Amino acid sequence: MNFPIYFDYQATTPVDQRVLDTMLPYFTSAYGNAASRSHAFGWKAEEAVDTAREQIASILGASSKEVVFTSGSTEAINLAMKGVGEMYGSKGKHIVTCLAEHKAVLDTAKHMEKEGFEVTYLEPDSNGAVTAQQVAEAIREDTILVTIMWANNEVGTVNPIREIGAICRERGVLFFTDGTQSVGKIPVDVEADNIDLLCFSGHKLYGPKGVGALYVRRRKPRVRLVAQMDGGGHERGMRSGTLNVPGIVGLGAACAVAEKDLEKDMAHSIAMRERFEEKIFGALDHVAINGNENSRLPGCSNLSFAYVEGESLIMGFKDLAVSSGSACTSASLEPSHVLQAMGVGDELAHSSIRFGFGRLTTAEEIDFAAEQVITAVKKLRELSPLYEMVQEGIDLSTIAWTGH
Amino acid sequence: MAYSEKVLDHYDNPRNVGSLDKNSTEVGTGIVGAPECGDVMKLQIKVEGDTIVDAKFKTFGCGSAIASSSLATEWIKGKKVDEAMAISNTEIVEELSLPPVKIHCSVLAEDAIKAAVADFKQKQDGEESA
Repeated sequence: MNFPIYFDYQATTPVDQRVLDTMLPYFTSAYGNAASRSHAFGWKAEEAVDTAREQIASILGASSKEVVFTSGSTEAINLAMKGVGEMYGSKGKHIVTCLAEHKAVLDTAKHMEKEGFEVTYLEPDSNGAVTAQQVAEAIREDTILVTIMWANNEVGTVNPIREIGAICRERGVLFFTDGTQSVGKIPVDVEADNIDLLCFSGHKLYGPKGVGALYVRRRKPRVRLVAQMDGGGHERGMRSGTLNVPGIVGLGAACAVAEKDLEKDMAHSIAMRERFEEKIFGALDHVAINGNENSRLPGCSNLSFAYVEGESLIMGFKDLAVSSGSACTSASLEPSHVLQAMGVGDELAHSSIRFGFGRLTTAEEIDFAAEQVITAVKKLRELSPLYEMVQEGIDLSTIAWTGH
Repeated sequence: MAYSEKVLDHYDNPRNVGSLDKNSTEVGTGIVGAPECGDVMKLQIKVEGDTIVDAKFKTFGCGSAIASSSLATEWIKGKKVDEAMAISNTEIVEELSLPPVKIHCSVLAEDAIKAAVADFKQKQDGEESA
């Protein structure tokens, strides 16, 4: 085993060797500008981009003409939401989204509010999911866009995208989903799932950072966007800027591998997660799973270890690279907005850790990690005045705490 | 976030972890903080005459909070009660090289000492008037 061991696959993933091998020639020998029409360097680059476009279309169940390359999901989210807002703003000014979305969506929505749009933020249930019913009730005459993430990046909960898409289709409202955590991880089909716009990033599915794509539906309905950057009119006028050819080649290759290996990858991640959770729950009490146990990303396990604080826990497993829902890891002292929106108490939010498993995770690593986690939790509970009180039978909610 | 070596040392080898008999008249207990804020410290002192002869703590909180309370127990043991009251959070910040975002941990430790002493004094006053 190499230390530290990586358990943060929702943050980013390593580039798959097969992907890297495909990319490399496009840095040094086939380095042409895909927009150069007058020589072989340009033709070769354009051909590579076309191949990548086909590979991406294939994993999404889309047509290659519906793929717009971007620098990643954040840019694609900005382009989708602001682009729809500007294009259809004369039809209506209302947008529906959810409190558990990624900050890239929430902050874009806030920006649009300043420009005169009205945004409804749906509250997720205690598992972090929104229902089609909630979306149906929130849609108004002047709603032009519904933005609901496919799978949550913190707790892994998978939303009922097909049903939400069907409601949007029926009501004539465009449906954009942030597929950053779902593409390459679970089956995605923009036709069957009734999706009009979808974004994702290369680095979440074993591709490179700095490249992503936006799927923009061309038929039934044809979605139009106002570009958010002015320039050479690349990507059918929707996203100017010289194409990042090696990155795009990598994104395409990552999609091809992910599509081919989807079932194998899913089964592996689920097996790793189950092995991990079995060990944890077998050894520790007062542990809760955050997220929908029955509809969760295969490689995501967000756990709250009651009566111990997340950051101190992370200090306890020095050989594991994980992420905390606890605030203390960031400069702000607020706990995760996702856990808050789910109604997880601040106290448990401070005790939550996200473990992410993926293609390279091994059973040996899982066993090692579970052992470290169990040891750290036990040690910190020995240190915890809260755990002591609970052992003494004191109800923590009856204590007058001196908050600060 | 990188922790100072002293914080790591207190985290790995916390001093004086445990509990004293909270019902004893010689023991003062201070519990400060709140679970929803992410830190709770329990600090206890055992006093003989006007000297703190023992101190114990338990802390729910980040590594800096654990280190601050661990250090506080180390510092107050053997001190007179009044000397313990004079310990300020800035001394803890300096000793542990806490970054600005962790200063509240040192404040909490200072508050815990003061709360434990206040609890002890209250018990003594109760004894005298009884």
